Formats: sequence, C-alpha cells, structure tokens
Amino acid sequence: MNGAPQVHYLNVDYGIRSWLFTTDHKRIAWLYLLSVTLFFFFGGFFATLIRLELMTPQGDLVQAETYNKFFTMHGVTMVFFFLIPSIPAVLGNFLVPMMVGARDLAFPRLNLASWYIFILGGLFTLASAAAGGVDTGWTFYTPYSSIYSNSHVALTVVGVFVTGFSSILTGLNFVVTIHKMRAPGLTWFRLPLFIWAIYATSIIFILGTPVIAITLLLVGLERVFNLGFFDPARGGDPVLFQHLFWFYSHPAVYIMVLPAMGVESELVTAFARRRVFGYSFVAFSSLAIAVIGFLVWGHHMFVAGQSVHAGLIFSLLSFLVAIPSAIKVFNWTATLHRGSISYDAPMLYALGFIGLFTIGGLTGLFLASIGVDVHVHDTYFVIAHFHYIMVGGSVMAYLGGIHFWWPKMTGRTYPEPVARVAALIVFLGFNLTFFPQFVLGYLGMPRRYHAYPPEFQALNVMSSAGASILAVGYVLPLIYLIWSLRYGRVAGRNPWGARGLEWQTPSPPPTHNFDVTPRVVAEAYAYDKEPEETYEFGSPSRA
Amino acid sequence: MSNGAHITVKTYLTVFVILLGLTALTTGVAFIDLGGGLNNFAALTIATVKALLVVLYFMHARTSDRFTWVIAAAGIFWLLLLLGGTLDDAITRNQLPGELQLTP
Repeated sequence: MNGAPQVHYLNVDYGIRSWLFTTDHKRIAWLYLLSVTLFFFFGGFFATLIRLELMTPQGDLVQAETYNKFFTMHGVTMVFFFLIPSIPAVLGNFLVPMMVGARDLAFPRLNLASWYIFILGGLFTLASAAAGGVDTGWTFYTPYSSIYSNSHVALTVVGVFVTGFSSILTGLNFVVTIHKMRAPGLTWFRLPLFIWAIYATSIIFILGTPVIAITLLLVGLERVFNLGFFDPARGGDPVLFQHLFWFYSHPAVYIMVLPAMGVESELVTAFARRRVFGYSFVAFSSLAIAVIGFLVWGHHMFVAGQSVHAGLIFSLLSFLVAIPSAIKVFNWTATLHRGSISYDAPMLYALGFIGLFTIGGLTGLFLASIGVDVHVHDTYFVIAHFHYIMVGGSVMAYLGGIHFWWPKMTGRTYPEPVARVAALIVFLGFNLTFFPQFVLGYLGMPRRYHAYPPEFQALNVMSSAGASILAVGYVLPLIYLIWSLRYGRVAGRNPWGARGLEWQTPSPPPTHNFDVTPRVVAEAYAYDKEPEETYEFGSPSRA
Repeated sequence: MSNGAHITVKTYLTVFVILLGLTALTTGVAFIDLGGGLNNFAALTIATVKALLVVLYFMHARTSDRFTWVIAAAGIFWLLLLLGGTLDDAITRNQLPGELQLTP
C-alpha cells in the first residue's frame, strides 16, 4: 500500500470519453475542478475590469450601464459557479467516499448527471454574457429585474435555476453516502470534521436551493408573462422577493463557508499534529450554523422596507449565529496551542483563514446591529465584509485544501517553497485589496457605482493595486500545480503523515479507493496513535 | 426508505378520487361567501388535507421509517420558518417599536 498502484483511477482508462462518461467520484471531482477553475478566472476577469474602472474617480473606462454588467457577471459567476460548488463539488466529491471508507458515492450516475446539469446552467449564464450580459446585480432585485431591466435577465436566471438542481442532487448524494456507506467501525463521532461540515452543507443544499429556484422562476414568470408577484403596481410586493431570495442566499453564505471550515479542521490538525480541540463542539457547531443560518435572512433588509419588529428579531438571530462560528475559531486556536506546528503551504492558508474569517465574522456583527447597518448599508463596508468571508475564508481554505490533497489527487507533490510564497502573496494581496474597502465604506462610498468623489481615490488605488497582487497569487498555483503533474516529486501514500482514512490508500488511489475494506477503530485525529492502530485492513473488499 | 409495506392500486385510486373530490369541493366553496375570511380558511384547510394525502400515500410517507418522517417534518418546519419570518414582516410593517402606529 506504500507506493502508487500500477493501475489507479487516473490511468485506468484514457481518452475524452472515459472522462465525460465516468462515474468515478474522483474523476468527477476533476471535471468540477476544471470547470470551477474556468469560472473562477472568468469571474476574476470581471473583477479586474471593476478594479481598473475604480482606479480613477471618473467613470472613464466604461459607462455606468456596462459597469453594472461587470459587477453582476462577477457576482453571479463567483457565487453560483465558483464559491458554491468549489469545495463541496471538488474536494467533497473526491474525499467524501474515501473519508468514509466507501468505494464511491451512493449514486455515481446521479453524481455525473449533477456535473452535466452544472455545466448546462453555466452555459446559459455564459450565453447571457456573450449576448450582452445582465445588469441587475447578482441579487436580481425586483421589480428592476422583473420589469425594467433591458439586459438578459431571463437567460441568467434560467442558468442559476438549472444549476440549483446540481446542488440539490450533490447534497442528496452526500447525505445518503454519509448515512449509509460508512466503513465498519466508523461511527458518527469518529468521522472527520470535513464530513460533518459537508453533511451540514448538504442539508442547506437540499432545503434551501428549491427556494431560490422557485423565486427565480417567479421572476422569470413576472418578466415574461407580465404577472404581478413583486410589482407593487399590480398588487405585488418587492420586499417579498427579498424575503424569498435571502431565505436561500443567506444560508448560501454558509454553503460557501461551512465546507471551508471543514477543510480548516483537517489542515489545522494535520499541521499541528494534534487531535482537534473540542471535537463534538466543532461537529455540532456545523449543524448549528446550518440551522441558525436559515433564521437570519432578514438582516439583508433592515433598510429595505422590512418592519422594524422583524428587523429586531433578525438582528438578534444574526448575533446568535456568531456563537457556533466563534466556537470553531476558538477550538482551532486551542488546537494550535502546544501543537507541533509546521508551516507548509496548506497551513499558511489555514492560518490566513483563521485571521481573515475572524475579521469577516466580526464585521458581520457590525452589520447585524441595526443602528450600524443603517450607516454602512450598501457601502463598500459590506463588500469588504463578505469578501473577507468569501475570499479570505472560502477561497483561502479551498486553496489550502487543494494543496493539502493535491498529492492524493495526483500522486505528485507541488514545489513547496514557491507554494509558500504564493500563499503569502495571496494573503498580502487580499488584505491590500479589501481592507481599504472597510474604510471606504465607513466613509460613505456606496457600492455599485462606477464613479466616486476624488477624496476616495487613494484608498481605491490601494485596493486595485492589491487586486493585481492577488491575481499573481492566484495565477502562481495554477502554473506550478500544472507543472507538478509532470515534474512533481512522487508523493507516496501519506506525505503529510496525516491520520485521515483517505491517506491510508495509495496516491493516486485505485478506482475503488481501497483494496480491502477498512475497519475503523479510532477517530480521524488520533495523532497519539500510529495509523495502524486507527485502521485495520484485514477483511476482504465489499463487492 | 419504504419498509416494504405495499400500497395497493386500489388505495392509490381511492386517494386519487378523494383528491378529485376535494378539488371539486375547493371550487364549490369558492362560489359561496362564507364571510369573515372563512373562504380562505376553508380553501387552505382543504389544500392541507390534499397535501397530506399526497405525502402519506403517493410519496409513501405512511409506510416509511421514522427517519423519513423526521426529514419530512424538517421540510415542513423550514417552510413554517419562511412563512413565519415573512408574515412577521408583512403584519408589522407599519409599526414602530412602542405604541406608535403609522397609517398605511
């Protein structure tokens, strides 16, 4: 089991058909990896245009209407086609069966279908971009989106609608796999925390995504058939749209960050070589975030005409969701305490995550407080806050996870020194990009404008300069990870000395993951034991 | 998740006929003015009974294990959350904290 197997999932078959018709969860993870990477750079292209425009106070690069399309395409692409699928569909697909000791997900063909559905939705959205784009913002607020916008709202909405089914089916696959296909001895409280996080995320996928689907369907119906769901002139209620939209889209924030928290737990334990502090608290906090996350959507509407009474309730509930998030941060920090820490690239991303997520989370409390929210609502403060969560949190964890499991996925290691430099560049570039935006927002610069008063220029130039550094930090891994596929050192089974079940199978793994079915006799973070004391590979493989 | 207990074709047909009957009842009640918002109450009650029949028989919840019941209950709970939060806003939209009432 130490070396790479002669036949593994990458070389078992060649040719485009073997990839496009695969039902192997590991190959499907690669399909998602390639797709979301393309979408990431597509969304990043629009971010670049936004930052270019905001270099100067005048709207001199594009007109306001075009700028509206830039930030909409950036938001739609990054949220629905990168952040939501990134960790669950790439790392989740690759790791969930291996972490639970299964040969594949519960429904392999459904898994492949999910990818095709995702791509179909993506094509609709790309088509809308090619046809001239959409200008509503990623939030599709009515009645602008349903009545007044002259851009390609319907195409984009159909794209997001279709992609939603991919999320639902993926969530379903994960839930069934985690319930039904755990290896003998792998009880719930021996599971890796990544699995708990993916499980919580899957619940949101299944329960939340249908709501956004029906909401966008209503927008489409109002737009195409002139119905009056959200148009006040015809008895509709535009705030109702916001209720429905945020009932999904706030939990969607947790779809984006919960898997990142799962990755974080794996990285912190592996590189501190310690059992995670407070396992059950970290595990249940994932479920608590998933449940409470459904109760806070009204904090997006404090100044949108929502009642003050509802605002008070949603404010209180929004403060509540900080508790399970804080539990996680404190427990990761406690795990580091007296750990044997090594600063490899994945750990640099993990440490970056803790700091940036904390800043993002704490500024979220500013926004949960109605009085402060009235002041900074729809300003760059909000932009900075959610980029600290989404980019500083989710993207950092995603990159950390990709680096951590890269040897398992490819059988090769990446060049560590360059990767550490790239991680530092991402951290520096990120902070230079987004920290000035907190100040800009607090000083009153509104979001979604292509021109601004000259006194905001210095901070905007800092932000744009940071974005260019951040871009370098993102392109570097793309280059050296591709390089490592051919020239990287052969990784071996467990280059990090980690204790998770996925590290007990060869790299790259055989098609069915384990030659013999593992029997689990200890939890996933038994760093006080040898792997042989945690897993037994005695019994014959299940058919 | 079905535990294997079969629902017969006869039962399906019976439920189908009941659903049709309840649809006719909904339509009929809509033509009678019950007053005091009772029309809405009647229509929603009939709709709830119909949904229950669909879930219990056509979706096999009646013959499923307890875990399926928990999942089904969770779905209803989530729906109530959405309706509750939205209604709370809609009902109190014209009120400020304290006793002050604004005219619509």
